[in-house]
Amino acid sequence: MMAAIVGPGNIGTDLLEKLRRSSVIDVGYVVGVVESDGLARARSRGVSASAEGIDWLLRQDHPPELVFEATSARAHVENAPRYAEAGIQAVDLTPAHLGPMVSPPVNGAEHLDSPNLSMITCGGQATIPIVHAVSRVTPVDYAEIVASVASRGAGPGTRANIDEFTETTARAVEAVGGARKGKAIIILNPVEPPMIMRDTVYCSIGADADHEAVSASIQAMVTEVQQYVPGYTLRAEPQFDEVRSEWNGLGRVAVFLEVRGNGDYLPPWAGNLDIMTAAAARVGELIAAAKLAQKAGVRA
Amino acid sequence: MNRPELRHDVRIIDTTLRDGSHAMAHRFTEDEVRQTVRALDRAGIEVIEVAHGDGIGGSSFNYGFSATDEMTLIAAARDETKQARIAVLLVPGIGTVEDLRRARDAGADMVRVATHCTEADVSPQHFAAARELGMETVGFLMMAHRTSPEELAKQARIMVDAGCQCPYVTDSAGALLMHEAKARFEALVAEVGDEAWVGYHGHQNLSLGVANSVIAHEAGVRSIDGSLCALGAGAGNSPTEVLAAVFDRLGVSTGLDVSALLDAAEEVVRPYLPRWPKMDRNAIVQGWAGVYSSFLLHAERAAERYKVPAHEILRRCGELGFVGGQEDMIIDVALGLVAERDGS
Repeated sequence: MMAAIVGPGNIGTDLLEKLRRSSVIDVGYVVGVVESDGLARARSRGVSASAEGIDWLLRQDHPPELVFEATSARAHVENAPRYAEAGIQAVDLTPAHLGPMVSPPVNGAEHLDSPNLSMITCGGQATIPIVHAVSRVTPVDYAEIVASVASRGAGPGTRANIDEFTETTARAVEAVGGARKGKAIIILNPVEPPMIMRDTVYCSIGADADHEAVSASIQAMVTEVQQYVPGYTLRAEPQFDEVRSEWNGLGRVAVFLEVRGNGDYLPPWAGNLDIMTAAAARVGELIAAAKLAQKAGVRA
Repeated sequence: MNRPELRHDVRIIDTTLRDGSHAMAHRFTEDEVRQTVRALDRAGIEVIEVAHGDGIGGSSFNYGFSATDEMTLIAAARDETKQARIAVLLVPGIGTVEDLRRARDAGADMVRVATHCTEADVSPQHFAAARELGMETVGFLMMAHRTSPEELAKQARIMVDAGCQCPYVTDSAGALLMHEAKARFEALVAEVGDEAWVGYHGHQNLSLGVANSVIAHEAGVRSIDGSLCALGAGAGNSPTEVLAAVFDRLGVSTGLDVSALLDAAEEVVRPYLPRWPKMDRNAIVQGWAGVYSSFLLHAERAAERYKVPAHEILRRCGELGFVGGQEDMIIDVALGLVAERDGS
């Protein structure tokens, strides 16, 4: 499936490295708005790259079927209608959130036909699979996630609107993760050498919840995420706390995660960025595989 | 944006009902808040901070759930004041502009936006919102021991340019020695002193909160935090009643009635103290190793649950460079110590 990456910054460049390994996606184009290292790097990989924006992309003889947007929310809001008009599906790594929010192992398969898919937030990609892993075996009244990110891995866009992270992630903890109520916290830590991304997921669970089933479900989900983020690991076994009155008479499971990036282009400590590009690549591959299967079905 | 006029040489902001929330495990009752505000207001305190210890929106698994909704407590506090104004804390990444709006509606007049000392650029969104809401603004540069005076001043500049009227040297770990505190006060006063006030928030982990407050005043700091009975995280804050007495002896005007504050500490706050914040081994380790003060009770709980010493947990937290808000890492560290102990 022919694809394009729009936005040749750190994210776009890392995504290109990941997609070059794909057997079903062929990145034919990388697009920016100014000449940059990212465009030069794409050309060195044999990819057509242009600084003339999506005008250039859309007038190609063989336009892509799929575009990965790694620009900004504002740019994606402008670009999205033009992709839609051209019949190009968009995987959105920006905070624009125009399409359904997607976590590949949770609801990836549900939205493969959607014209626009939102990759939520980095903290969401790291934690929502775990919330879902718990909520699929026992009701989760409340889930809370804490994402700790190296300062150097939080760009100016995230910093200027950090509320967007907490609010979007909290919403996705509910809508995608399956918690009745969600909360998200993000911490930036400047320690040197940079800390590897850490995430903690707390879910409230009933007194009668089956701890073994919850643990098994979490382990299974970690294995699933590891298929596209090999450095996604549990720091310890899930920790269960008995019911407490100040927790509305509920108990709690706490899950401690480390997200070590693959080091494709971004450094390994930037697990927060890696899990975004890895999840986007994963969704792209699911879309491409589904299209291929469809075509094969038509031929048969 | 202009800084507000100050009526005295130093303005003491009382944070019994915010930093003290840590020591109370966020279980303040409305009655305790009302009594405390009444006493502080009567003693001449001009600004009283009321919020979850980790700021508005801080009620959570990670930091502890508030027994009473903080908006209820803010409204109750506002209801009791005759002259004082109510401040709230907001830590971007934990609380949001939406929380700030609700606090404003509940009666908060001032917001103190708190970031780690090198991350001030997450705060402009919140200063802008505060300005639109017509609130007075303070900026907390937390864990101020973790960066140089020069860098801290640059971070204060970011806050002031975003609309902060009073950036603070916030010694969250109670780790600043006197010369270190002085260098930071002077750097901030030199950088922003013409357009903003500079503040100091101390903790008693190394017993230097009051001494550093005196140095702060000498360096041109005009806003200083205290808590009655030191009620706050770690070994507590600089006690408001001690600050008032010391500045009175120094002839530095604060507008405070020392006797009324001594009564408030002894008769209002002391009866509800779960324990008097003190410099015990765990709290001293926090100052010594530079650990965020509110980690104390969390470390003690993890120590009890996992049977590893709290002071070892805290020391490890210092070595790993955790910042404010990373309370989840305390359990992680405890589990690591268990694994080391059991040789797995």
